Amino acid sequence: MTFVTKPRVHHPRLPVNEIGLTRRDYEGSVSTLCAGCGHDSVSAAIVQACANLSIPPHQFAKLSGIGCSSKTPSYFLNKSHGFNSVHGRMPSVATGANLANRELYCIGVSGDGDSASIGLGQFAHIVRRRINMLYVVDNNGTYGLTKGQFSATNDKGSTSKRGVPNLYDPIDLVSMALQLGASFVARSFSGDKKQLVPLIQAGLKHKGMAFIDVISPCVAFNNHNGSTKSYEYVRGHTQPVVGADYIPESEEITADYAPGTTEDVKMPDGSMLRLHKIDDDYDPHDRVKALNYVQSRQAQGEVVTGLLYMEEDPMDCHDILRTVEKPLNALQDDVLCPGGDALAGINESYR
Amino acid sequence: MTVQYNDFVIRFANVNGSGSASANGMFAKALFRMGIPVGTRNIFPSNIQGLPTWFEVRVSEKGYLGRREGVDIMVAMNAETFEEDVASVSPGGYLFYDNSKPLPKNLRRTDINEIGVPLATLMLGEFTDPKQRSLFKNICYLGVLSALLNIEFEVITGMVSKQYKGKDDLIAPNIRALEVGRAYARDYLECPLPLQVRRTDKVGDRIMIDGNTASGLGAVYGGATVCAWYPITPSTSLAEGFERYANQLRKDPDTGESNFAIVQAEDELSAIGIVIGAGWNGARSFTATSGPGVSLMSEFLGLAYFAEIPAVLFDVQRAGPSTGMPTRTQQSDLMAAAYASHGDTKHVLLLPSTPKECFDFAADSFDLADRLQTPVIVVSDLELGMNDNLSEPFAWDDARRYDRGKVLTAEDLDGMERFGRYLDVDGDGIGYRTLPGTHPEKGSFFTRGTSRDEYAAYTESPEAYERNMQRLLKKWDTAKTLVPEAEIQSSGQRCGVIYFGTSATPMPEALDLLAEEGIEVDTCRVRAFPFTAEVEQFVADHEVVFVVEQNRDAQLRMLLTNELDTNPAKLVSLCYYAGLSLSAEFIRSGVSEYFNANKLPRLSEVKS
Repeated sequence: MTFVTKPRVHHPRLPVNEIGLTRRDYEGSVSTLCAGCGHDSVSAAIVQACANLSIPPHQFAKLSGIGCSSKTPSYFLNKSHGFNSVHGRMPSVATGANLANRELYCIGVSGDGDSASIGLGQFAHIVRRRINMLYVVDNNGTYGLTKGQFSATNDKGSTSKRGVPNLYDPIDLVSMALQLGASFVARSFSGDKKQLVPLIQAGLKHKGMAFIDVISPCVAFNNHNGSTKSYEYVRGHTQPVVGADYIPESEEITADYAPGTTEDVKMPDGSMLRLHKIDDDYDPHDRVKALNYVQSRQAQGEVVTGLLYMEEDPMDCHDILRTVEKPLNALQDDVLCPGGDALAGINESYR
Repeated sequence: MTVQYNDFVIRFANVNGSGSASANGMFAKALFRMGIPVGTRNIFPSNIQGLPTWFEVRVSEKGYLGRREGVDIMVAMNAETFEEDVASVSPGGYLFYDNSKPLPKNLRRTDINEIGVPLATLMLGEFTDPKQRSLFKNICYLGVLSALLNIEFEVITGMVSKQYKGKDDLIAPNIRALEVGRAYARDYLECPLPLQVRRTDKVGDRIMIDGNTASGLGAVYGGATVCAWYPITPSTSLAEGFERYANQLRKDPDTGESNFAIVQAEDELSAIGIVIGAGWNGARSFTATSGPGVSLMSEFLGLAYFAEIPAVLFDVQRAGPSTGMPTRTQQSDLMAAAYASHGDTKHVLLLPSTPKECFDFAADSFDLADRLQTPVIVVSDLELGMNDNLSEPFAWDDARRYDRGKVLTAEDLDGMERFGRYLDVDGDGIGYRTLPGTHPEKGSFFTRGTSRDEYAAYTESPEAYERNMQRLLKKWDTAKTLVPEAEIQSSGQRCGVIYFGTSATPMPEALDLLAEEGIEVDTCRVRAFPFTAEVEQFVADHEVVFVVEQNRDAQLRMLLTNELDTNPAKLVSLCYYAGLSLSAEFIRSGVSEYFNANKLPRLSEVKS
């Protein structure tokens, strides 16, 4: 596999943002993910959101762990520094990056394997630490890069490609984030750009950790039944013809539905995902109600999407630690080194 | 009876959590302030309250600070360990105990001197609060010792006044407890003992401090701005030392805001992740841990090695494997630290042996990490980290400027045709890096743990992979020219001794003991890994090289064998790993026995 750059050809009438850049200036390399992968839709939404915000691309830092999702920072914001770290540890690396320079916009992209299993501890603690960043989980319920093992967000009872059922209850990162005190929690669907792009913009502008769980279908391996199990038979027909090393060309899965309504989305494996978009009059400032809402809808087999909770006057980690305004990585010797005289006094205190 | 001045070992046997640490610390400090060299050691359990703890002070006019076998004076304050404490007193030594309860007959020894003082009874009359009675027993025995050992009383009372400055109501009862003990000793005991102290000038301008505090202070001076750590004995006090001095020295005077950030992470994995994230983004950052933490951090250390990110890690070693003896000392992480992580990985190690070196190496480690764009691990141990050690005072050259290494600015990038993160422009194996946010158009790159080419583009090309791995080796060679050189003392002997870290503490005494037996050896104190050129030369120059270290498997010897072109047969291991501090006697007997077994000539024999 090689690294593919996109040709620098612009459509002459491509709209420019407030700082004179087009969407193309926020793009990355050509994706090497499977055609139709939901993750590519998320990357496209990030590109659009960053362009909409008119933030210079080099003022972002992109961080990720390991997995299909974590490859995606290559596919957006080519002019930004990126860091593809180790499995499940993006939150700690992002914490360090943010502590070093509070002025950068941090985008962390993770997956359900990366955040809900090996990285669950780091996910929980970065929520507590309130690092000022956008934390996106491309949630496809499966380990794509190792060919389709269950992830911890997969629903109990759904089956793998080989027909083996998942025996364990799923972890819902949205409920966890709410419970752990996240100041911005949202869920969306990769195919719903209309909803996802504004959420990403809001998340980037939010002070503190903005968490967005994005349901993002895996066209290659995700065989779970979804929360509704009514179309299970469809899978029975589509499954056997797909070889483990053959990825069918797929169309991007999209959804466009009105607030307060429910939408059934057909997943790549033929299963259905039932999304419920929160109502316009939903109050996103009540954590307890948000948690109840998410869980009660979940009990009805629905996955709630939208901005679920946002703290009105959030603090970030730098506020908590009372660090100086200037980025720590810009501080020079004069500020950092107390000098020889102070040291002489310290010596004296140990005599 | 001949009086012996400034040369004994005193051991305090206490129950941990009983408030004895403060009194014992004052004892050592008082002698230090009288100009007498002291080596202090806390031998404590992995426990907070109620278990036995010992505090040992080596008092030595000659300046021998290593642990010495045998106890000359035992202050036996713990009923639970009383029997073994009595047994541990050297013949002719002194047993100091609380005779408020009489000494059982079966514990009496005829070959030692008993000094009974009714500490509990004395305190009963002085204080009404039972907690105070128990607490001031410690201060009271300090008063007794001041008379028995002839410690200058004003030195002790001065310390009490200083220690409780601001809590003035505590000064009077402390002084009272001291006086009660001192008066009792003078009234009822033979004072002073034939073992006693007297003022001297052997301390010079040295300070008394623990290595962890020194390292934490060194990190402040070295410009560290991000500290991420997870509590683990014996490294915890290092991060706490950094915090204390950062709060004192690094607050913005106008706003009170911090020019630093400290995060107590959820675990060691996160701690090193934070350090690497901050290092990637241009902040000097560090973590402190011990062996188990190094194991946990290994995956990340491999990433930082391969992705070439500056990071500093302090490994304060303790006795492993696994949880091992977490409150005992060892030098058993050497291999784990040197080759931490999978694949072909190796790391720069700095090996301090005094608090001064802890301070210096801490400050230097940030320059080295930035210059070499790689993790630097400062490897000390519990002996150095947690005990108060005599040390040369710290020094700082105000003309010194931090070496931030090869970091390109926006102007640099403007003047460049094409930026290649991993291009070896200067031929030293070190590329130029950029920080996020530097330039709107140029200099961005993708940092990854996967293989990449000179321009940071992902590749699985076998040639590009090998080129990169070879460049990392070239960088390793560059590191050899930048790390602290070994400290060598040579008078052209046939045998040499190689050692590092706290094995240096008993070495001067060991060399003197060997010289008395007619054995002269050259010494090489290794201060860094990779080994600098003179280490290889030292091995080449000697027929037999004793490798003294504090682990079972001879890890320094392994490293020497691995990294140097040398005949392993000439490297003779002397390994002590039982968890106490290394003693001069251990080194002496090891070398001496080897001389005997191999019929090597001694000076006296050569002369005759």
